[in-house]
Amino acid sequence: MRTVGILVVLAVALVASAAAGILVGAVAIAPGDVVAALFGSNDTSGTIIRELRLPRVFGAALVGGALATAGALLQGLLRNPLADPFVTGTSAGATLAAVVAIVLGLAAPLVPLAAFAGALVTVTLVWRLARLGGGTTVLTVLLAGVVLTSFAGAVVTFLLVSSDRLALQLRAVLGWLQGGVSVISWPELGVAALVVALGLGFALVLAHRVDAYAFGEETAATLGVDPDRTTTAVLGATALLSGAAVALAGLVGFVGLVIPHALRFVIGATHRRLVPASFLAGATALVLADLGARTVIAPAELPVGAITGLIGAPFFLALLVRSRRIVI
Amino acid sequence: MTRLSASAVTASYGARIVLRDCSFALGSGEIVAIVGPNGAGKSTLLRVLAGLLRPKVGSVSLDGQDLASVSRSQVARRIAVVPQIFDTLFPFTVREVVALGRTARLGAFGRASADDVAAVERAIDELELGALAGRRIDRLSGGERQRAVLAMALAQETAVLLLDEPTVHLDPGHQLATLELLRELARRRQLAVGAVLHDLNLASAFASRIVALADGRIVREGTPLEVLDADLVQAVFGDGLEVVARDGHPAVLPRVATRLR
Repeated sequence: MRTVGILVVLAVALVASAAAGILVGAVAIAPGDVVAALFGSNDTSGTIIRELRLPRVFGAALVGGALATAGALLQGLLRNPLADPFVTGTSAGATLAAVVAIVLGLAAPLVPLAAFAGALVTVTLVWRLARLGGGTTVLTVLLAGVVLTSFAGAVVTFLLVSSDRLALQLRAVLGWLQGGVSVISWPELGVAALVVALGLGFALVLAHRVDAYAFGEETAATLGVDPDRTTTAVLGATALLSGAAVALAGLVGFVGLVIPHALRFVIGATHRRLVPASFLAGATALVLADLGARTVIAPAELPVGAITGLIGAPFFLALLVRSRRIVI
Repeated sequence: MTRLSASAVTASYGARIVLRDCSFALGSGEIVAIVGPNGAGKSTLLRVLAGLLRPKVGSVSLDGQDLASVSRSQVARRIAVVPQIFDTLFPFTVREVVALGRTARLGAFGRASADDVAAVERAIDELELGALAGRRIDRLSGGERQRAVLAMALAQETAVLLLDEPTVHLDPGHQLATLELLRELARRRQLAVGAVLHDLNLASAFASRIVALADGRIVREGTPLEVLDADLVQAVFGDGLEVVARDGHPAVLPRVATRLR
């Protein structure tokens, strides 16, 4: 019952923050006009609401929810509270693949697909590396993430400098790389929403099996989980969610790390509860972060990744210090 | 009745052969202790018996069925394994940990049936964890966590229970209590219990049979009295130990005098 209560509170928070995200912006629009715009008024404020604010709020919610869900899955699978798509290099792998797709001139709907493939390759690599020593240790995962992120970053930089196609839209690409949800269009959102829904569906179905990883992969097997199949499925769901998030918003850090971790103190560690709660709370957090990103220095904008980094990085360091007893 | 048996099993990690030609049987109601020095292959034998490591040669059979042909989810309904790792950084409660024992039987989206709930509560009662059931496992002592993980294995309600050094994190009093509980379970639930034990004296006091491993081979098998004699202890563990008889059980003690000289 308590779980249902918490989920309801989180859902209400998401709706409230989305409402705030639509009502507030660089251009002041009266609440009455906002409502009129939602029902299709044809003036400037209608365009601002329907084509700028609404897709942006929707996109931020999708990205935040996807990242937090992926973070909850990764943390459970790796038995590591410091894992998330950003820290493990999964987002960087997805970014690299997406940039390559743009350089190759692939059609826009194929970019999220490339991001998914990049995320899948990277997250599988991290899983393999983490398992090399027998157990998945906290440090190995972080080190693997650092290495993969810098490698992907180097290749992306090389491509940015050498590709004419990218040079034409350098500002947009750079903004996207830093984690921004400002240039989201409805068709992009539709594709991403489908992918996120698929990933979230998998996550909900797999959640109770992720619990069985609490004492390691081998114990998961003796508890009746087919470790190869389940691990592959969980990594696949993680890749769908991170791929969609990266395709929409580039590198947004720490949402996937902070949200599931903080929620465990409220709702407990059981993934059947943690996964839906993470989606709702992650969505809310990023809608609010994006609201901050476009109002703090208005009319100029910060990339939302800067906001999540500002809040997330100190949190991550605090966690690292606290978890010293289990590192290595 | 034999529930779990290995016949002529050879197992390896990559090219390194760790078990050679081992045959082993575990029946209802008995406790079989697997003893041997570090690196002798005890844990590997346990992993083979649990179906976690496929033997290179030979086979393992569970109730007459080849273990390799049984799915993980079916194995989990018949063999429970108490893991050696039972630390987690996540705030699972004791009841949630015990409930992990039901993983193989849960419905879609992890829905628990009335049977699942009842099995969890029985296991919690059996290990007297009632007062701790709502506590976070990452805040418990090593001994309490070990009991929680044992309860998790009991909640699986299997006929076979395998344990890898179940007493290693416990003080002597709790070691005794754990083995007494295992003996009680073996008797009452007719469980077949196989346990890797480092402590030869606990093995001597509680095991129905002892299997002694050295260098990946079973060097002797039988009752504690048959296995733990001076020759075997010297051959397997070196000459710093002596065997004395106590109340019909062999006891193994360090030769203090030899060491001091």
